[in-house]
Parts: sequence; C-alpha cells; structure tokens
Amino acid sequence: MLEGKGPLFEYLIYLGDNSLILSHRLSEWCGHGPVLEQDIALTNIALDILGQARQWYQLAATISGTDLDEDKIAYLRDSNEFRNILLVEQPNTSWGHMLIRQFIYSSYITPYLDKLRGSSHAEIAAIAARSYPESTYHLRWCKDWLLRLAKGTEDGQAIMQSALDHLWDYQSEFLKAGEFEATMAAQAIAPDLQDFTPSVPAEIITGLTEAGLTIPAQNRNLSGGKKGVHTEHLGYILAEMQFLQRAYPGLEW
Amino acid sequence: MVSKQEISDLLSQVKDPEIPVLSIDEMGILEDINITDDKIEVRIIPTYLGCPAMEMIRLQIHQVLYSAGIRDFTIRQLNTPAWTTDRISAAARQKMMDYGISPPIDGENIDKLLSESSHIPCPNCGSTATSVKSAFGSTACKALMVCSVCKEPFEYFKCFKAATRDTHFN
Repeated sequence: MLEGKGPLFEYLIYLGDNSLILSHRLSEWCGHGPVLEQDIALTNIALDILGQARQWYQLAATISGTDLDEDKIAYLRDSNEFRNILLVEQPNTSWGHMLIRQFIYSSYITPYLDKLRGSSHAEIAAIAARSYPESTYHLRWCKDWLLRLAKGTEDGQAIMQSALDHLWDYQSEFLKAGEFEATMAAQAIAPDLQDFTPSVPAEIITGLTEAGLTIPAQNRNLSGGKKGVHTEHLGYILAEMQFLQRAYPGLEW
Repeated sequence: MVSKQEISDLLSQVKDPEIPVLSIDEMGILEDINITDDKIEVRIIPTYLGCPAMEMIRLQIHQVLYSAGIRDFTIRQLNTPAWTTDRISAAARQKMMDYGISPPIDGENIDKLLSESSHIPCPNCGSTATSVKSAFGSTACKALMVCSVCKEPFEYFKCFKAATRDTHFN
C-alpha cells in the first residue's frame, strides 16, 4: 500500500500509525482501570488519539489520489507496512507500564506537534494545531500520575522503576529520523528532528527526577518501526484489530 | 428554494448531544451554510478530534433537513478554522452554567486547573472554592470538579485554544 506513493504519504501514515497503535493499546484498558475516574480519563485520551489517527489517515487517503480510505489504511496493511515507533506497540503489562509509555510518548509528541503547527503544508498544520492542545492535557495527566504512583508506596516505586528500565530502550527512536522524515524536513513540511534539543526532552528528565526514579544507565536504543521492522507485539495487535475486516472485507456497522 | 435563514432556523433545533441546551450554532460547531445553484452545503467544524458526538450531530442535521422536505444537501466537515472555546458565545456560556456545567474560563490552562489555584465557579452555589477530581470528565472536553462549599460534584468545560503558527519551524 505504501509502494510508489512517495514520502508525504509515508509521513502521514507514520503520524497516523503512532496514534492508531497507541490508542489501541490505551483502549485495552477500557473497563480495567484502577478507579472509575481514571478508567474514563484513559478512555478519553485513547479517543483523542484515535481521532488524531483518523485525521492523518484521511489526509493520506486524499493526497494518494486513489480509492483508499481511512479504514483500508488501518485494516488492510500488514506489520511491515506500519511505520509507528516501537514504543507505542509495547504491551500494557501494568498501569505503571502504561503510564511510563504514555509519559515518554507525550513528552516527545507534545513539543513535536507544537512545532508541526508551523508546517508549510496547510492541512498538516491545521491537524497539528487541533491535536496540540489535546496533547498538552495528556502530558499533564501523565505527570500527575507519575508522581502519585512513584512517590506513593515502595511497591509503587518498584513497579514504576521496572517499567522505566524496560521501556527506556525504546525511548530514543522518536527523534531518529526515518528517510521520509528527512525528505519532509527538507521541504519544511515536517520539523527537522535535529532541532529538538536536548535529545531527551527536559520534561522527561525533570518528571522522572521529581518522581524519584532513576534514569537507566543502559539504553539499547532499539528502533526499526519507521522502516516497518517491528517487535512481535504489533502482529498480535493487528491480528485482533484487523480480524473483522480480514474475515469480512468491507463490512460496515 | 429554501433560504439560508430557513436552513439556519431549522438547524437551531440541532443540539449538542452532550449539552442539550445548546445548539450547534451556539457551540460554534456550525461554521457556515453555503447555497449555490440550489445545492446546500452545511459546513461544520469538529470540536475535539475524537469527539464521538460529531457522528450524532451529522445524523441530526440530516434528520432535521430531511424532515423539512429538503433533499439536495451535503454536510461537510472542515479542518479549518480550528474549533476553540472562544467560539462559544457569552449567552451560550450562561446557558451552560444554568444547565449545570461551568463554562470555559479564558486563560485557564491545565496546570492552573490542577494546581488548585483555579477559581472555577460551582454552578450549584456559585462558590469558587472548588477543586479538580479528574482532568477528564464524562467527555474529553470536560473536567470533573467538586465544590467544597455545597459538596456537589459538577463538570467544568475546559478552555481549549488551537492555533497554527505563522512561521515555519523557527
């Protein structure tokens, strides 16, 4: 589906995939949150991010000049055609893991969307402008919970630290430019990832420090998502998410 | 041939499903009604990107116009201008308050809201001694609040601004 459609299409797919896969992971919490208010909050965040995915896919479909639509883009691709970073596909494991994953992602995507509001592509700038304020709310929600959990009991601290140690390997991929991103940056459609300094957002460092968590010394800097090389988890997500459209192509509610 | 005014009057029946005292015009969701060559185009702009009420609103617009015998119309969802809470009029904010939802306060941001230094008035007793229970209430656009005077829970419609930048990546 990506072949021959050019870097702009691939870039939009990338933006949409990060959002779709993350929102799917978050939606797995629906009905399982620790308290009702937070179950609802997380479902709301999932919905915001899913809404963003739809915008990126709709724009990708429009510029492709084909009969593609948002559903075909979401449901009829295999994992090697997904461009999302590996972080967003990592399993929920615990409320603490979900939170660290979301905190890292929100810390990167919020300043990114802020910059993307100045894209030379008017439609992209418009979607970024709409997504950015939503994202600031997500980040603020994460920071609140990060402190609450890490500074609560010893158990809480230990769970958060182990989640951080595990997910830290996936932390750096966001700012490692894929080929399509470099092309987009050259056209001022996407921001240049080298302009994001320091490479670990200050937000992450101060948040983790305030929470009393130790930033892991080791970082394997795992990547591959932007080239379509994913962890095994993505396959399981797609198997569940795409089942209906694969079994009954074109089915509608 | 129906006039723009007639369409506008009909559409005043379409309410926001989450705040049924406000019409889509009062909420700033209805951007424009365009009539050219007998073709009617209703232009709407979504509030939050993932807002599930948008589908319901489209359906209601369809029902209202269809019931009035109008057939040749389309509903178009625009990406620009971006919806912000500035689009909710002062009169609409008062209606919101009367309905029991504290309307958005300009300049209120999430940090202020969660730092307990916010002074969101309680729609039940008017006290500003209120605090946030959850930044995400029954919908993404509202926060769940509680009043420390009358002890009633209530919802606050969060201030939402969306603007593009003028310059490219500076």
